[in-house]
Amino acid sequence: MSDDVINIEVDGKPVEAKRGQMVIEVTDEVGAYVPRFCYHEKLSIAANCRMCLVEVEKAPKPLPACATPVNEGMKVFTKSPQAIAAQKATMEFLLINHPLDCPICDQGGECELQDLAMGYGRDVSRYNDGKRVVKDKDIGPLVSTDMTRCIHCTRCVRFGEEITGQPQLGTTERGENMKIGTYIEQSVDHELSANIIDLCPVGALNNKPYRYSARAWEMVQRPAVSPHDCVGSNMFAHVLRGTVKRIVPRENEAINETWLADRDRFSYEGIYSPERLQKPLVKESGEWRELDWEEALNTAADRLKGANGDVGMLSSPSATIEEGHLLARLAEHLGTASIDHRIERRDFSDQDADPAFPWLGCDIADIEEQDAIFVVGSNLRHEAPIIAHRIRKASLAGARVSIASSEEHEYFFNVANTLSGAGLAELLAGAGIEPVIDSLKAADNALVLLGNVAGRHEAFSTVRALAADIASKTGAKLGTLSPGANSAGLSLTGVLPGEGGLDAGAMLDESLDAVVLLNVEPDKDLHATPDAVGKLGRQGYVVAMTPFDSESLREAADLLLPIGTSFETSGTFVNVEGRLQSFAGIANPVGESRPAWKVLRVLGNLTEAPGFEYLSTEEIRDEVQANLGEIEPESYAGTTRPAGLSGEDAPAAEIDTPIYSVDSLVRRAAALQMTVAAKRAAGETD
Amino acid sequence: MSAAQVLSDHVREEIDHWKARFPEGRHRSAVIGALHAAQHENEGYLTTELMDAVAEYLDLPNIQVYEVATFYSMFQTKPVGRNNVAICTNISCMLRGADEVVAHVEKKLGVKLGQSTEDGRIYLKKEEECLAACCGAPMMMVNHEYHEDLTLEQVDKILDGLD
Repeated sequence: MSDDVINIEVDGKPVEAKRGQMVIEVTDEVGAYVPRFCYHEKLSIAANCRMCLVEVEKAPKPLPACATPVNEGMKVFTKSPQAIAAQKATMEFLLINHPLDCPICDQGGECELQDLAMGYGRDVSRYNDGKRVVKDKDIGPLVSTDMTRCIHCTRCVRFGEEITGQPQLGTTERGENMKIGTYIEQSVDHELSANIIDLCPVGALNNKPYRYSARAWEMVQRPAVSPHDCVGSNMFAHVLRGTVKRIVPRENEAINETWLADRDRFSYEGIYSPERLQKPLVKESGEWRELDWEEALNTAADRLKGANGDVGMLSSPSATIEEGHLLARLAEHLGTASIDHRIERRDFSDQDADPAFPWLGCDIADIEEQDAIFVVGSNLRHEAPIIAHRIRKASLAGARVSIASSEEHEYFFNVANTLSGAGLAELLAGAGIEPVIDSLKAADNALVLLGNVAGRHEAFSTVRALAADIASKTGAKLGTLSPGANSAGLSLTGVLPGEGGLDAGAMLDESLDAVVLLNVEPDKDLHATPDAVGKLGRQGYVVAMTPFDSESLREAADLLLPIGTSFETSGTFVNVEGRLQSFAGIANPVGESRPAWKVLRVLGNLTEAPGFEYLSTEEIRDEVQANLGEIEPESYAGTTRPAGLSGEDAPAAEIDTPIYSVDSLVRRAAALQMTVAAKRAAGETD
Repeated sequence: MSAAQVLSDHVREEIDHWKARFPEGRHRSAVIGALHAAQHENEGYLTTELMDAVAEYLDLPNIQVYEVATFYSMFQTKPVGRNNVAICTNISCMLRGADEVVAHVEKKLGVKLGQSTEDGRIYLKKEEECLAACCGAPMMMVNHEYHEDLTLEQVDKILDGLD
């Protein structure tokens, strides 16, 4: 037996433990439950709630299980009279100042304090004095505060210090006046900040948009996958009679751990935006008319057939693989190879060298294992908050992180080398790159990561070739972040131009007989195409499948078909690791909208495409998987240094998409649009 | 405004001195010393602007400075009288008549513990705990100076002597 394993006893049962573990970790492992409030696996130990007191043989007093390291021969009693008495006494103290307003508290029914008070509280309070009252704070549009309920566990404070690195909440004053807050009036701004809602064991910090709209026990919990970035965070949607009421994280250590980005948590509000398209609409001599689905689909099918192959198709990078597969098959049937999901890309000059799908270069969890990371062209925290968090963890563990970005951004970790103030290609080719190369060379595990800003860059192919050259010279892996939730899946299912087809950059410069848009808002999503709205207006006939109605769509399109958001359809995303994640439909469809895959299936049927008899997304997914076989990730392999610039090496301000503007759903999430980040992006500084 | 503009040269020197007394990377420990220096030059109290400047100078998140400043009773975060009078009321002093001293001073100045006189001359500090001068109980501290074995006459003399 190694020295690291020691024997202890928990409630009379012999247990093996690792040296250095705390008692609570061991009791958790063996299922001997110890009540706790301040202890959290992902946070440092505070030992300030005192709820986890247990009896330890030979110790004169009960000890906090979260802060007591195990020792050879230690005998722990979690349910002895002394332990129970200590826990009950702690509970009595905690309840002294707690308002017990459970009937009007959103936390009621899922409250750690309420649950433990059931087990350890007295049925009658012995406390007759006045209770402490604490003024509530406005800490932004996402998190509501009822600070009188706070029991000072400091999980939210430690979250700011340890997880986000942007501490804004703290404990001010002392004794009975001690309170959790920001001291000065300010919002808590970090893009992961709403995780304090889940961390708070009482109802002090709660979900502001959800406030007073449902009870925990009325709702059904349905697994979902985030539709906003290439990470594919796992989450649960809490649904009341078919309506999404809130989103909470679904633990997955390989992806998002126990966290969820605010964007993923609050974007659901967009489902119920007043801008949802309720019925199919057709433009007839400049006037919009509602029509029924049958007529709408027949009109679309006639136009598509009538185009005789002169058709272009543009898909959002967040469409599911099922939608992508049907779109690609429909394009093939209609005789066009002009289909693309890379609507944000500007430089297609070496697209033949693209790998099978944009790959991170390693698994998400492996980012933490890197000794050196070089991020090229990325507004990291905005593009993929979870990836930024993993890189922060790597940095804290000692990795040397270097960043090349024309714009300077704030990171809450140490950046060893910052290259900025010039075009990306110039930065990568300049003299400033030497210390970065040294740090990558010196590392056993190194990763060069191309961000979305690089992906949208005018000179992307040059930037990519230079980054690949650096990676190959230093033995680093080359990875990339991709836009949307499913760039990987759509690349794999062939939502890419075929032989002789037009790519997203060239498509709208042509004059096509028909164009199909899948969840694309021309003015907001096609920023890579100058005057996209005008160009679409000059195409023969534009069919837009869209969850939302908007002015730019009405200007650009001739037929609007209402489709569901990703919460209203089943489907599958492939994340940036190549991980396939399927999900079921979660919310009832809004208005007459239908899942996009069903619309595409009927369009296939009406245009007499063979084999379009799918009954479910599972069937389509299985077909896709059978075609694909095992997903084999690969990096971009062209490593020769480019002879010259492929495009203009412009600084990147205008090609950066703000965090809460990335897709049609997020843009309509009311609470997110009120955050400081969104206001700043809209030019309204506070 | 940057820390350099808000904090005087002397305060910054003082902070550097405290910083040097702690190991590399543990500059957070210098917060108390830094706040003392900042408070001393600002008529005995701290403003948010001063605390932010200290945070910037020590490269700490603002909230970590607010936490310290609001926790310790020797820091004032609101304007107070210019002379700081702290009467110990901990056990030794209490046994030797600290309560009478407090009652006398409150009556004399017309303010309660924790309040300042209207003319801004004296701040009567809220509940001072043991100042480690039990052998001279009852005692009080006036502007960092200890006065021990107090009688009410002596207290009057000391207070009257303050400008």
